[in-house]
Amino acid sequence: MLTKTEEIAEGVLKGDRRSIAKAITIIENSMPGAQELIAQIFPHTGKAHVIGLTGAGGAGKSTLIEKIVREYRRKGKTVGVIAVDPTSPFTGGAFLGDRIRMQELSTDEGVYIRSMATRNYAGGISKATKDAAKILDAAGKDVVIVETAGAGQSEVEIVKVAQTIVVMHAPGLGDEIQAIKAGIMEIADIFVVNKADRENANMTTVDIQAMLQMSNKKGGWKPPVLKTVALTGEGVPELIEKLEEHRCFLEGDTECKENLLKTKAEAELQEAIKERISRALIDQLKREGKLDELLREIVEKKIDPASAAEKLVKKAINDA
Amino acid sequence: MEDARKIRVLIAKPGLDSHDRGAKVVARALRDAGMEVIYTGLRQTPEQIAETALQEDVDVIGLSILSGAHKTLFPRIMELLKKQGLTDVMVFAGGIIPEEDVSEMKKLGIKEIFGPGTTTEEIIRYVVDNLPKRD
Repeated sequence: MLTKTEEIAEGVLKGDRRSIAKAITIIENSMPGAQELIAQIFPHTGKAHVIGLTGAGGAGKSTLIEKIVREYRRKGKTVGVIAVDPTSPFTGGAFLGDRIRMQELSTDEGVYIRSMATRNYAGGISKATKDAAKILDAAGKDVVIVETAGAGQSEVEIVKVAQTIVVMHAPGLGDEIQAIKAGIMEIADIFVVNKADRENANMTTVDIQAMLQMSNKKGGWKPPVLKTVALTGEGVPELIEKLEEHRCFLEGDTECKENLLKTKAEAELQEAIKERISRALIDQLKREGKLDELLREIVEKKIDPASAAEKLVKKAINDA
Repeated sequence: MEDARKIRVLIAKPGLDSHDRGAKVVARALRDAGMEVIYTGLRQTPEQIAETALQEDVDVIGLSILSGAHKTLFPRIMELLKKQGLTDVMVFAGGIIPEEDVSEMKKLGIKEIFGPGTTTEEIIRYVVDNLPKRD
């Protein structure tokens, strides 16, 4: 007979959503069995890429996460999200509103979102956030994203939870003197300037870049400064690319990097092939004077475009 | 050391009406009463509400509706919750729900319905007094 904790741990490892939910509640409230539960899942952790996203309240963290998750899903990866919002130091209550920006992800089975309150733990996360990330990792999520509560200058606890830290800015919040200050600016692996469609976005980017250039650090990872528009998703594919690069960098793995470059190369090659083949086939049809006839057949619904294309490609390959 | 387990509440607005003042007032009141309130915004489908309740492991769900579609949406929500195994979650509702529909809604498993004029204190007291026992 399994104990209740063992049963929940097993459920977590199978990726069962109800078990994940209960497991996080147990560790969040330090209920009996919490330690045992973590001990049981611990050997199964370490596979997920844990990403921390931090920045001021209103910078666009939740909105950007929605777009990041969609992009990872498009690539076939499963994603866990932990969204932290502040607990009131006066009443102990909390208003957890990050899901509002991620509504449509709720019903995607490859995504699990959990809201957590800081419960007065300092640094923009809660005491249990690290273990909650472990639970989602053990449950088989490829990527776990931790969104901190809106952070000011010194909330750097997230470095203890995540492998890759994204620090998010929005234009108009300060000049290069803010950029040079200690604290949150020191923990970024990737800087994101969101709301890049607004005035002053370039200024903010330049301020951060100038600060980075003052660094004496030789070699190693150089934090890129990226621009995004979270509302439209602009800049998100580039962000994912950098996140993947950083994951490879952490693994110190040249093969990882090579695979990444190969994947990118494959996509580019596909695109190039598509363009050339289609141009060559259309040109050939034109030369042979058959294009008009084929188009008429499609218009008259005698053949559908996909079947026509397949015939053409097959013929071209056989002829070659 | 076991901390006092926090009460987690999902405040959700199913359907198409966009009057969220009431939902926000209730969310805010429960927050000030020391609860953790998850607010998911407007225009939620029954599927989104049930799945959010599951992922967030809430003790209580408050549904706010002013569109008149409660007779369609509430049965669907209650059915999905049951399907997810969330029968130990307490569900209450508020908004514009005619008196003659109340008993039908309660038969679905909705514990209480709060109409216009209810004070936030009444809702807080009701939630605290009727917290489900969950494992």
